[in-house]
Amino acid sequence: MSLSMFAVAAIAILVSMVLSMIRALVGPTVFDRILAVNTTGTLTVVLISVYGFLDGRPDFLDIGLLYALINFIGTIAVSKYVKFQELGHPFDGPDEGDV
Amino acid sequence: MADFLNMMIGPLALADWLSWIFLVTGSFFTIVGTLGIVRLPDVFSRMHGAGIVDTLGISMILTGLMFQADEAIVAIKLVLILLFVFFTSPTTTFALARAAIHGGVIPGPTVDELKPTPKAEQEAESSNT
Repeated sequence: MSLSMFAVAAIAILVSMVLSMIRALVGPTVFDRILAVNTTGTLTVVLISVYGFLDGRPDFLDIGLLYALINFIGTIAVSKYVKFQELGHPFDGPDEGDV
Repeated sequence: MADFLNMMIGPLALADWLSWIFLVTGSFFTIVGTLGIVRLPDVFSRMHGAGIVDTLGISMILTGLMFQADEAIVAIKLVLILLFVFFTSPTTTFALARAAIHGGVIPGPTVDELKPTPKAEQEAESSNT
């Protein structure tokens, strides 16, 4: 069985996900972990898309699009929580409510 | 799809050649970017690796998939994912960098050889005066 182009891309994405999860596990600061988890989420979007093509069902792209939306909102929310210690409007500070 | 994409060049059609090229290049840049996330010294330089993954890696892989789309709606969805990642990736990096600076991570030399040692600073001061 010949290796299809989608399988090559999927293997490369899986290797990349392992590498970025290493950074998420060892990362010294919390920002390293946020960055690595964000990258892993972006790679998951592409992996879902590639798997849809690999399986012959491109309907998986809808799930990938949804995952991209959730990934973005999640990263922004975690960044804001780490910065302000809450998700609502902060009480003081020079940049109120800003990420 | 356009007829010239079905033109056979050697063993594969033109669309398949283009897909191979884009997918392999995108896979290469994805692995390089995540290697940067693992290897680079601090948060701000690791964001550079994440940027490589989010721009070159992702866009090349998704463009390679577009050549294999049978229907127009599949290509449109791929373009949507591409546009969304294209606009949200800098936003995420910006918010994360602001949070990191606010959180006390100092941007600057983190490699020991690049850090100014106290002795070197004294010599620089004495040579200035």
